[in-house]
Amino acid sequence: MGTVSPRELNRLGNPALDKGVPVKLRHLAAASVPVLLLAACSGGGGGDDSASGDVTLTYWASNQGTSLDNDKEVLTPVLEEFTEQTGIGVDLEVIGWSDLQTRIQTAVTSGQAPDVVNIGNTWAVSLQATGAFMPLDDAAMESLGGADKFVETALETGGAPDTDPTSVPLYGLAYGLYYNTAMFEAAGLQPPTTWEEMVSAAQALTDPATGVYGMALAAGSYTENNHFAFINATQNGAELFDADANPTFTGDGVVDGIMRYLDLMQADDVVNPANAQYDSASLAAADFANGKAAMILNQNNANSTIESNGMAPDAYGVVPFPAPADSENDVASHVAGINISIFGNTEHPDEALQFVEYMTSEEVQTTLGKPFSSLPVLKDAEAVFTDDPGLAEIFTQIYNERSAPLPLVPAEDQFETTVGQAMNTMFATIATGGTVTAEDVREAMQTAQDKVQASIG
Amino acid sequence: MATTTSTAPPVPAKRTAPVRRTRRSGWWLPYALLAPAVLLELLIHLVPMLTGIWMSFTQLTRFFIRDWTSAPFVGLRNYQVALDFDGAVGQALLSSFLITCAYTVLVVGTAWALGMAAAVALQRPFRSRALFRTLFLVPYALPVYAGIVTWNFMLQRDTGVINHLLVEDLGVLDERPFWLIGGHAFASIVIVAIWRLWPFAFLMLTAGLQSVPDDIYEAASMDGAHAIRSWWSITLPMLRPVNLVLVLVMFLWVFNDFNTPYVLFGTAQPPAGDLISFHIYNASFLTWNFGAGAAMSVLLLLFLLLVTGIYLITLNRRSRRA
Repeated sequence: MGTVSPRELNRLGNPALDKGVPVKLRHLAAASVPVLLLAACSGGGGGDDSASGDVTLTYWASNQGTSLDNDKEVLTPVLEEFTEQTGIGVDLEVIGWSDLQTRIQTAVTSGQAPDVVNIGNTWAVSLQATGAFMPLDDAAMESLGGADKFVETALETGGAPDTDPTSVPLYGLAYGLYYNTAMFEAAGLQPPTTWEEMVSAAQALTDPATGVYGMALAAGSYTENNHFAFINATQNGAELFDADANPTFTGDGVVDGIMRYLDLMQADDVVNPANAQYDSASLAAADFANGKAAMILNQNNANSTIESNGMAPDAYGVVPFPAPADSENDVASHVAGINISIFGNTEHPDEALQFVEYMTSEEVQTTLGKPFSSLPVLKDAEAVFTDDPGLAEIFTQIYNERSAPLPLVPAEDQFETTVGQAMNTMFATIATGGTVTAEDVREAMQTAQDKVQASIG
Repeated sequence: MATTTSTAPPVPAKRTAPVRRTRRSGWWLPYALLAPAVLLELLIHLVPMLTGIWMSFTQLTRFFIRDWTSAPFVGLRNYQVALDFDGAVGQALLSSFLITCAYTVLVVGTAWALGMAAAVALQRPFRSRALFRTLFLVPYALPVYAGIVTWNFMLQRDTGVINHLLVEDLGVLDERPFWLIGGHAFASIVIVAIWRLWPFAFLMLTAGLQSVPDDIYEAASMDGAHAIRSWWSITLPMLRPVNLVLVLVMFLWVFNDFNTPYVLFGTAQPPAGDLISFHIYNASFLTWNFGAGAAMSVLLLLFLLLVTGIYLITLNRRSRRA
C-alpha cells in the first residue's frame, strides 16, 4: 500500500476541506464578490423619484447673509410661499463663495446640475461662454416680467453685448466710501468729493504712533484689488479689453489707475502695511469699526459687519468713491451683485422660469433686501437694506447712475485672477519694504496680459 | 492452498477521485478576489491619468468643457507654451519648479536628519521614552487642516504668537516681520512642512532600528568605537533598505505637496512660496484652461519618473556591487 500524505488524507477524509479552505467559506467568499461589486457600482446612483405631477426644482443659493445657516433661515419661508402659490417644490442648497465657482464648474462639466443657481454677476459672461446655461430670449424675458423691469446697467451684466443673456440680476451691490463722522468733525474735514481730497483727508487723519490710519484696504484680496484696478482705469477712460475681447492691460490709463491705488500705501502712507495680509474686505471693515481707520472702501453690505463690531449706525457716513478732479469719468463702482441663472439641461424649464420670475418680483426683493443687504435690481424700487434714508439714497444713486459693469468678455474672470494676484504681490512688496514703480506695474500687467492671451488662444 | 507471494510492485490504493489534468476547482478565486481592486485601481488612477494625458493634447477651455470630445486637438502646443521660458506662462512654471526643488531638498534633508536623530536618541529604552515618542508623533497625527491653519494664525504679523515671542518677549528682532507675504514666506512654508513631515521619518526609522541587533553595538563599543562611528558604520548601513524607500517616498510627497501652501497661504499666495502643485491648480482650475494644466502635470510626472528611475538604478547598482 502506497503512502498517502497527511494532506491528501485530510482531503480524502474530509470533503468539506478542499486545499485547506473550508468549502462553505470559499463559496461564501466567491458569492460575495459580485455582490460587493454591484453594491459599489450602484452606491452613487440614487436619484429622486418624485411622484408624477409634482415638480421639485433644485436651487443652489450663494452666501449673502451672515452665515450659510442664516441664508437658509431667510430663504426657507420665501421658498415655502412660492410652493404654496404655485405647487412647485424647491430643494435649497446654500453654498459658500469659496466653493461656489468650483461647484458650478463641476456641474457644467458633468452635466449633473441644479435647475437654478446664483452666480457672481461678474462670472456671467464667462459662464455664458460654456453654453451650459439657458439663454433668455425675448419670450423668456417676457415671462420674467419683461427686460424693462430691471435696472439697465444691472441687466447688462447678464451676458455679452448683443446676445441673449443667460442670467438676470437678483441682488445689487455697489461700493461706497465709508467715513468716520466723529474723526472728520474733530479734524474739521468735509467728506471728500475728489481723489485728491480723499488722500489729503486721509493724511490728516493718519497717526501711526496711535495705530490710526486714514484708510484701511483689503490689500491681500485679489477680488477687491482687481475691482479697483477696473474702477480706477475706467475713471481714467481706459478699457481693459479691446473690441475683439483681447486684453489691453498695459495702457497708461490702466497702469496709472493701479499706481495711484498702490500709492495709498506706498507714497501717501495712509494705509497700514499690515493690510497687505487682509484677504477679505470684512477685515478692513472691522478696523474701521474699531476706530483704527478713518475711511474704508466697501460694498453696501458692510453695514452688518461694521455694526456687529460695535459701531453705531450714525457714527459713519457714505459718499461715492471719488475720481481724480481731472478725470474723464466719474464712475464710482462696478456693478456688483448676484445674478440668477437657469441651467440649460434642466428638465423643468417653465417651472424654473416661474421661480426666477418670483425671485425677481417686487415683494421678494423687498423681503430679502434687508437680511442680504442688497440694493434693488428693479427700476424705481426702494432700497431697504438700511433704515437710514440718506444712506439708501446714496447707494441707490451710485448703483443706478455711477456704476459700470466689469468687462463683458469670457476671459473676464482671468483678468480678475491675474491682475488681482499681481496687485497682491505688489502690495506685499511695498509692505515688506520694497518699492513699486510705474515700470514695475507695467511689467506685471504685461505678464498678466500674456497669461490671459495664452489662455484665449 | 497456496499463498501466493506477490512480487509485483505494490499497487497504490485507488483514489476516490479520478486523476485529471484539468484546472483545479476554484482556480478563479484569486482572480475574483483581485478583480475589485484592479477595477477600482483602473477607474480611479489609470483611466483618469490616461484621460489627463489626452487632455494635454487638446485646448480644453471653458468653451468646450460641456462636451470634451469637441475640444480642438492642438498637438504639442500646450507643452510648447509651458516650456517656452521666455513667455509669461513658461517662466512662471520654471520659477515655480525651481522653488519646489529648493523646498524639497531642504524639507526632506532636514526632516530626515531630525527623524534620524530622534530615532537614534530613543533607540535605547529609558524611563519616559514612551512619552517622548508620543509627543514626537503629534504633528504627524494632527489633521492636516487643523495643524497648518494654526501655523497661519501664529505667523500673522500683528496678532501672531511668533512675532510676539520674537519681538516682545525675547527681543531678538526690533520690528515685526511679515511671515506670510514677501520673501520670508519661503522660510515659513519650509518650517511648517518640516514640522509636519519629520515625525514620519522618525516613525519609519524607529521601526527600522528595531531590526538592528544590540550585540553588534556592544561588539563595536568593545572595539573602541564611539557613538558617531557606530552610527556611521553600523546604523546607517543596516538602515539602508529603510532609507532607500523612506527618502524616495518623502521626496515624492514633498514635491507634490498641495495641502501645505493651500492651507497656509489661502488665497493670498506669495510668489516666494509658489509650489508647483498649487501653481498647476492655479493655472488650470482657476482659469478654466484644463489642457494647459494637464500638459504641466504630464511634464511634472515625467520629471518625477526620471528622478525616481535614476535614484533606483543608481542605488540598486551600488547594492549589487557591495
